[in-house]
This record gives sequence, C-alpha cells and structure tokens, in this order.
Amino acid sequence: MTTTPRTRRARRLVALLATGALAGLTACGSGGTAPTVSSDAGPEGVDDGTTLTLWTRAPLEAQAQLLVDAYNESHENQVELTITPNDDYVTRVGAAAGSGDLPDLFAADIVYVPNWTEAGLFADITDKIAELPEAGSINQGHLDAGTYEDQQYVLPFVLDLSVMFWNKDLYRQAGLDPEQGPTTLAEYEEQALAVQALDQEGVYGTAFGGNCGGCGVFTWFPMVWASGEQVMDEAGTESLLDGDAATEVYDTFRTLQEAGAVTPASRDETGATWVADFQEGRVGVMPYPATLLQGTSETVDVGVTPIPGVDGGASTFVGGDGIGISKDSEAPDAAWNFLSWLMSDEAQVEVLAANDVTPARTDLADNEFAQEDPRVQVINEVAGAADSRTPFAPNFQQAFNAPGSPWVTLFRNQVYGDAGTLEQDNEAITEALSQ
Amino acid sequence: MTPPSTPLPPGATTAAPAGAGDDPVTASLARRSPLAPRAGRRGGPVRPGRGRGSSSSRRRQGWLYAAPTALFVLVLFLVPLGLVLRMSVSDWSLFAGSRGINVPDNFTAAVGDRLFGPAVQFTVTYTVVTTVILIALALGLALLVQEATRWNSVVRTAVLVPSALGLASASLLFYALYSPQSGPLGPLLQRVGLADGPVSFLGTPTAALWSTVALVVWRFAGFYMLLLLVGLQGISGDVYEAASIDGAGRFRSFWHITLPLLTPSLALCTILCVTGSLLAFDQFYILTKGGPDNTTVTVVQLVYSTAFAGANDLGRAAALSILVLGALVVVNALQFKALRRKDV
Repeated sequence: MTTTPRTRRARRLVALLATGALAGLTACGSGGTAPTVSSDAGPEGVDDGTTLTLWTRAPLEAQAQLLVDAYNESHENQVELTITPNDDYVTRVGAAAGSGDLPDLFAADIVYVPNWTEAGLFADITDKIAELPEAGSINQGHLDAGTYEDQQYVLPFVLDLSVMFWNKDLYRQAGLDPEQGPTTLAEYEEQALAVQALDQEGVYGTAFGGNCGGCGVFTWFPMVWASGEQVMDEAGTESLLDGDAATEVYDTFRTLQEAGAVTPASRDETGATWVADFQEGRVGVMPYPATLLQGTSETVDVGVTPIPGVDGGASTFVGGDGIGISKDSEAPDAAWNFLSWLMSDEAQVEVLAANDVTPARTDLADNEFAQEDPRVQVINEVAGAADSRTPFAPNFQQAFNAPGSPWVTLFRNQVYGDAGTLEQDNEAITEALSQ
Repeated sequence: MTPPSTPLPPGATTAAPAGAGDDPVTASLARRSPLAPRAGRRGGPVRPGRGRGSSSSRRRQGWLYAAPTALFVLVLFLVPLGLVLRMSVSDWSLFAGSRGINVPDNFTAAVGDRLFGPAVQFTVTYTVVTTVILIALALGLALLVQEATRWNSVVRTAVLVPSALGLASASLLFYALYSPQSGPLGPLLQRVGLADGPVSFLGTPTAALWSTVALVVWRFAGFYMLLLLVGLQGISGDVYEAASIDGAGRFRSFWHITLPLLTPSLALCTILCVTGSLLAFDQFYILTKGGPDNTTVTVVQLVYSTAFAGANDLGRAAALSILVLGALVVVNALQFKALRRKDV
C-alpha cells in the first residue's frame, strides 16, 4: 500500500491527537492522603446534620437497613445506604477506589478486609477506637482482620456465624432425640444417615454448597478449628488443608455422598440457593448461617448447636462484614459518629440483638433477647469461643472464595472426584495464598 | 400476516405484496424486484479524479466527511486501546492504581496462569462447535423459509423472536430452565422417559458446554438465518433457470450455484460468529460461572476474574486482553484471506 505525503501527514496528526489524549489520562492512583478523624471531635465524633454515604453488599441488606434507619431516626446526620449485588461489590469498590469516589463509610466481607487495608482504602481509626468505653469487648477476630502494621482501620458491622442446624420434625420421625444435635463429626454423619434412612421422596440427610468456595470455608473450617488444628499458617500464606482433621472432614462428606445422603443439587450449588432445601424442610442436618435463624424458623422447627470437630469441641467462622471510614471521605468526624454509635448498647442490643443478630461485643452475649431463646444464646456464646476464628490472608478471595478457586478444586476432588490429589491441590492453594 | 401468495415453482423469484400489518422484515425479504441491483461487493477502488486540483479538493472533502467517524473512533476506540496498552505494561492493581512499569512480567504471568491453557482450549472448542452448528442450522433455515408463504413467515418470525432478547436475559431464562431445584426441563425429560433420575444440565463439563451451546444456538440462529436470507435473495433467478435448462438437479444447483454465490454472506456470518464466540462471556458468566471445576472458563472470563475476582490485577488482565486482541486480528485476517471471493 502506497501513501502520499498528505495521507502520511494526516496519519501523523491522528497519532499525535491520540497520544495527546492519552497523556491527558493521568494514572488513577490513590491521590492525596487518607482523612483522619480529628482528636478534638471526642469519642462520639460530630453530629451536625452531615449527609453520609454507606455502601454494603446485598446479603446484609436487612441488617444494614435496620441500623441505618435507627441511626437516622435518632441523629442529625443522615446516612444514605447503597446496596450492591454480592458478586459485583468488589468490582464496584475497586472502580471507586481508583477514581477517588469511595463513599464515607463502606462495609467489606471480613475476609477481604486484610487485602483492602493493605491497599489503603480505609482511614486509620486506631486512636478513636481506643477512646471508646466498650473498646475491650469488641469482637477480636474482626479487629484483627482490620489491623495492618499495628494500625486499626475496621470495626465489626454485622457478624455472620456458622452453626449446625437440624430439623426436629425429621429427627423425631427418624427416631433420633429431637433436642440433641451432633456433638462430634461422627455423630453428624450418623444422624444424617438416620434421616436418609427414612427413605422419603425428596428428603435427604444433609446438604452443602458443593461448588461454592465461600460456603465451604464458612462451614468446614470450623470443623478443623474445633478439632484443635489450623487451616493456614499465621501469616495466611501457607495452606494446611491437608492435615488430619481436614482429611476427616472430607472423608465424612465423601461417605455421606456415596451413601446418597446429600441432596443431588449440592453438586452444582454455587451458593445462591445452598440453604433452600433445608428451609423447605427437606434436609435433616447441615452447617448453616446463624443470621438465617429467624427466617428458617418460620418454615422449620430448628435445633441449633455449635459446629463440632472430629472428637467434639465447638467452633464457628466469625464472618460477616467489617466497616471503616474510606480514604475519600470528606466528613470523617461525622462518619466516626456513626461508627461510635454502632458500637453502643443501643445499636448492638436494641437494633441487632432485637432482630436475632449476634452482637459484636462479648459483654452483650447474654442480653435480654438471647435469654428468651436458648438457641440465640448458643450462637452468641460460640461467637466468643476459644476455637472460633476469622481467618486472615491477604489473598483470601483468590485462594478460596473466587469461582473455581484452588480450594473449590480441592474439596470437589475430595468429595466427588479423585481423593488422591489432596497434596497437590493443597499446594495450589498455598501458591495462590503466597502470590 | 402475509396473505397466501400463489404457489410458485421452486427457485422462482417471488414478489409478494406487503400487506398492511405485515412484519416489515419478512415483507422486505419477500419483495424482490428482478431489476434490483445484485447484492455483493462493489467493483474496484474509486477512480481518482482527472485533474490534480480536483483530486486534492476531493481528498479534503473526503477527510471532512470522514472526520465525525474518525473522531468517534479516536475517542471511543483508540484512546481506550491506548489505556489498555499502558495498563498491560504497568504494575496496576485494582485498588492501588499504577505502580510503575511491569514488563514482561504481566505477560508471562498471564500466560503462566493455571487456567490459561484450559481457557484457550475451551474457547477454541466452543467456537468451533457453535460456528459449525449455527452456520449449518442458519443455512438450512434460510433455505427452508426463503419462499414467502404464510407458514414460512410464521417460522421465520418464530426463529427471529429470540434475537430480540438480550444475551444476558436469555442466559437467565435458561438458567431458570436448567435449575435442578425449579427447572421444568429435568422432570419433563424424566416423564418422557429420556432420563432416569434428576438431570444435571450444568453439572458435568460436557453437559455444561452443550447446555450453553443450546442457549446460544436458540438465541442467534434467527439472526444468522436473516443474514443468509438476504444473501439468497440476492441471487438472480436467471441463473437457476439457466441451470435447470442445462439439466442440473436440485442438489447440483445448490452445490454449484447457491453456495458459490452465497460465499460473501457465509463469510460474513462465519467471521461474526467466530469473533463473537472467541469473546464469549455473558452466557458463561451467568450460566456456569466457569464451572464445574473450571472446565468452562473462557478467555474473556479469565480476563474478568483476573481483574475483579481475587487477583485484582488490572495489569495482568490488560496484558491478557492485548493477547486476545492480537489473536483476534490474526484469526480475522486469515478468515478474510480464506473467504475472499475470487472476484474479477
């Protein structure tokens, strides 16, 4: 193809324009410094009628709405709540972080918090937390997850715990004690098999999210912790999921699967509907999110017990969301006012506990609402149990929660596939953790 | 719908009147004047002007005409492309922004990803399967419904309707149909006796691939049928008449007349279909999320998950995008070369 000088000139012009336009695109880094909450704002921050923005993800919509409504009713400041679908939340926060458009306050799945504090998305609130009268009783797992280089950035927003639920009606029919759930892994297997032996159309012993990394983390890690073992090293860079207790857990589910005691839908379950069968009364016993106690009790007579280990013990995954002030907030003092209120008895008991959500403070576990329902007491107590944890790893999402993560590959092989690949599958998790 | 036109001998052209309330698409397809210019590529390049002066003023005029489009291309294509190029050579994380140059690490990391090989392999497999099925089916349908009779226009409309749905909406529809909890298809197959036990449409690698292919074929068959119909309508009836006088049977005239004269349309369909399939994302994102066990991860999904699901590494994702772009350019160049009509 030949070119005349004229077309060459025109092309040069286009190229010049393009580079000029590119040069105008500045790198979207985190510009400026993170805001700080001024120390003369007092432990309660400022309540002067500022409009605050708060982001959270859809699974916690109900709790977030309750908190925001209660706060707006009793304060000058007004919080505007934005809900984003679970799968799009990271994307959205990432885009906003790049362009400096983060809201004043935003919640984050507690397992992503280490990564996000490291990236500098939150403002440092170490000194303000120290000023709180209730500082000593705030859930330690969440505080630890939000600590980076000895500075604290995050407070617990909503706790989401995993416990063992069982269906009392099915237990009665199967000749089991309806008031006694499993206290060891072996009992869990026995009781699930007993419900399966009823041989009712569409009724199964147990269910789990067989293609859902987050569900597996949430329900199986506590079985390992309750057995006195760990799932990762301290720094969260090496996977220990080929340990003895973990192997016992996989064997239990493989046995149940081979006995036909697991719902067929479990195999493809990506997490959207993993508790649906239990809610419809078609599953005997399964590890379950405690936040759903109220909703599930409407359709099923539920029994609750902590998740046991191989030979007993009790543990839970202290999940849910942490919340902090963003690096882009222009009203950090007013934002702190919301956070300090969130830690108060009023928010923790009158709003959260009143709606069967576990308070994020250990001194409130035995509150007036828990005393009405022993099941809630079980949940609140296990939140502070010695073996309960919030796992810490900067690359948690990549290693465990992402669709098709190495963790999903590992447990699917252990339950459905070739169980001999445990070592190399575990190696793949370590590789993802240590990147 | 169209009033029934008089039956015609096969291969004859039709000129059905467009009645009121007629579907405009089918009507315009059915109407064909024998005097209409032949579809197909125009002749060679535009002849240059006679005098030097007129040619340069012409060229200026040409630039003027092209300016709005050029501006669009610049702002909406070249600038973003430049940005992606810059990202692909930078250490650019989703949360922290650009942190300096990172070449060739982005590219080696992108190619070294544990899912890169399987993703490329699956994308190519999926592309071959969908292209073959879609083009064959669309050609069959186009041949079937080229005559404008009432029954055919019904079929034509029925096949076209799915094209009105967005791909994401169609994927959600099929997600519900395939759902093991509430989908009607599994129980239906069991009742007919085609399956024993619950059917898992997305549970095995093969099932997930074919379930997605079924969705894509359902969604796009009408669109490609339409493109091929336009091509068929562009073939003059005289040629067929000549062929039948020479004693060519149906099959021979299809093989020696229809196919060669339809090559441009087939080429267009193939290029669209191959490019679209290589860039498949929505349907897998909604239906399978790359599962089961990462057997249905496409290259674009890998780009997405590198950027937003876990690694949060825009640099690596951009490097992968650049590789995909390069591959697409090569594939399309080859296709153009192979399918170029040997015109005089």
